[in-house]
Amino acid sequence: MNRVVKVENLSKKYVISHQAKERYTALRDVMANSFKTVGRKLLSLAQDRKLKTQNTSREEIWALKDISFEVNRGDKIGIIGRNGAGKTTILKILGRITEPSEGEIRLRGRVGSLLEVGTGFHPELTGRENIFLNGAILGMTRTQINKKFDEIVDFAEIEKFLDTPVKRYSSGMYVRLAFAVAAHLETEILLVDEVLAVGDARFQKKCLGKMEDVSTKEGRTILFVSHNMGTITSLCDKTILLDTGQLIEYGKTSDVVLRYYSQGLASPASFESVSMGKLVGDDHASLISGAVVNRDSKTVSEVDIREPLIITMRFKINRSANNKYFPNFHFFSSDGTYAFVSSPRTQTIETADVGIYKAECMIPDNFLNEGTYFVGLALTSFGSGMTVHFYERNALSFNVRDPIENVPTRHHEYTGPIPGVVRPLLEWTVRRES
Amino acid sequence: MSRDVDYDILIKPGRGIKHYWRDLVQYRELFAFLAWRDVLVRYKQTAIGVAWSIIRPLLSMIVFTIIFGKLAKLPSEGVPYPIMVYTAMLPWQLFANSLSESSSSLVANTNLITKVYFPRIIIPSSTIAVSLLDFLLSFLILVILMFWYQFWPDWKILTIPLFLCLAIFVALGFGFWISALYVRYRDFRYVIPFIVQFGLYISPVGFSSTIVPEKWRLIYSLNPMVGVIDGFRWAISRENVQFYWAGFIISIMLTMAVFVSGFLYFRKTEQTFADVI
Repeated sequence: MNRVVKVENLSKKYVISHQAKERYTALRDVMANSFKTVGRKLLSLAQDRKLKTQNTSREEIWALKDISFEVNRGDKIGIIGRNGAGKTTILKILGRITEPSEGEIRLRGRVGSLLEVGTGFHPELTGRENIFLNGAILGMTRTQINKKFDEIVDFAEIEKFLDTPVKRYSSGMYVRLAFAVAAHLETEILLVDEVLAVGDARFQKKCLGKMEDVSTKEGRTILFVSHNMGTITSLCDKTILLDTGQLIEYGKTSDVVLRYYSQGLASPASFESVSMGKLVGDDHASLISGAVVNRDSKTVSEVDIREPLIITMRFKINRSANNKYFPNFHFFSSDGTYAFVSSPRTQTIETADVGIYKAECMIPDNFLNEGTYFVGLALTSFGSGMTVHFYERNALSFNVRDPIENVPTRHHEYTGPIPGVVRPLLEWTVRRES
Repeated sequence: MSRDVDYDILIKPGRGIKHYWRDLVQYRELFAFLAWRDVLVRYKQTAIGVAWSIIRPLLSMIVFTIIFGKLAKLPSEGVPYPIMVYTAMLPWQLFANSLSESSSSLVANTNLITKVYFPRIIIPSSTIAVSLLDFLLSFLILVILMFWYQFWPDWKILTIPLFLCLAIFVALGFGFWISALYVRYRDFRYVIPFIVQFGLYISPVGFSSTIVPEKWRLIYSLNPMVGVIDGFRWAISRENVQFYWAGFIISIMLTMAVFVSGFLYFRKTEQTFADVI
């Protein structure tokens, strides 16, 4: 009776049409395509050929393939994996937002999802009105919301602004209120997707504490998706590791997180080539270590958007070949976009002797947008032609956190995502001309 | 802690209608909340929001009265022409507004659909509330018009709620169809204004449907709004106006067909909304 979630052979398929530029279809395309198909059929009948080539424009992508697992009451389960591993898809299927393609899931109890804080808030409505609206959207009844109302207001710390439209709220207040409503859902199973990545550090801690309470004191089950291994390790008892839609491992969090790192499925904030048991490089030069550090030279996996961070790489030159060695760092955002490449100024590089070198690249504050970034470390030399001595893709990763409040590149009433790989603070002037 | 007993949810591809009614009951309050949100927001953002719901039918009524009543001199069955037009304008506006609002409602609520589960049919249904409010407000103008023309209807006016229900069913039926289609085919962005504009002229809003030749009357009733509008006009008429039953029954049957098929189509495609929206 203790089992609350049972997932069996779950698969989810998306059909991607390469022709369509836009996500939605237009009737015109459907009609044109059916005419084409009919035309081709007639043509192939006439030529007595099998139709095989016409489906090349449609590609099937398995976001999840044959996933099975079980969860017991009161468990806190982490779900980790690289981007595109299928973490959010699992939550969306469990939350009945989208349908599986194969397999089945049995759930005991109601499911509440916290996929994005503030979903369904309306800026024109007051805090009080939004609590009721948001509660209803998340599946609470008026009586339940009434019962929890004071607790929600208290948790969000917005007593004074209850009757102010939320568009006048500071972003911090907005996020606190949104989390507070969702956290007071009385569902037996709670699905949480990266929501703790917002708000200031103190409120994040409070949210984590609330999640802990919800599961240990109230015996509710939590499934929690995050990129932040620190949060996963401190909150979750057991963890599921996914990669390209497949379940790689399900077990004790510490073991799974270790495997995540050791199998190169994750990019750490720092690494030593020796301890990872592999040598990266050729006989001229090799990679020793890399790290993401903050201003105080401490290794960090997460940095505030308002603070600079430094990517360091140590490498060894084994042979003096009168070459100029250019370290170069390749930055990718979490959706795989090639953000940029950076290398030192040409004039600063001298021909290198044998020895151990350390390269540092400073990413200024208020430069990268919020999100997770992956760094590829490479060393190239220019002697007789260009030689790449090593290029370790996704060697490091770090997370840029947006505390929402007091961020110079964000304006107070807006808490939603800001698009783009970078969000630089540029010189602006706005002045009256007439 | 939890108010209801444990129950099992089964999630599998193409799962049937089994839990849908239970979910609808569980989320009944969401319907009210979404309607309440739309009403609140509507009158919070505009300076003359309430006035708009009266100005639009009133101006159209004046134009139609001048063109059809004064210039074309069409008959009006013993009812002052402005009242005859305005009575038809009420259900027509209800239909037209509901249709425009509900057809784009799913896409307008994309953030909810991709983030939270609830029976999606609540979204297009709840948009009717705003149109109903408009209807009630513009109904007051009808009362004022009746004062002005000293035109008093008899007991038949009590049947208005029945015809109002029929109008709501017409709007919901088309709303289900088009909102679900809209998610996949954005062509409907252009189709809706066209239907609304076109429908105003082919429905008997500016004129009485009695001017339609008898042999075409049955075919004319294939437009479900014909039955609704005729019903409204009959309800406010004073003399013994003959009610065209054959057409009305066709209208009711068509309305129910559109409503049921719309609901079924909506249910069938609902699970894919989050993937294609």
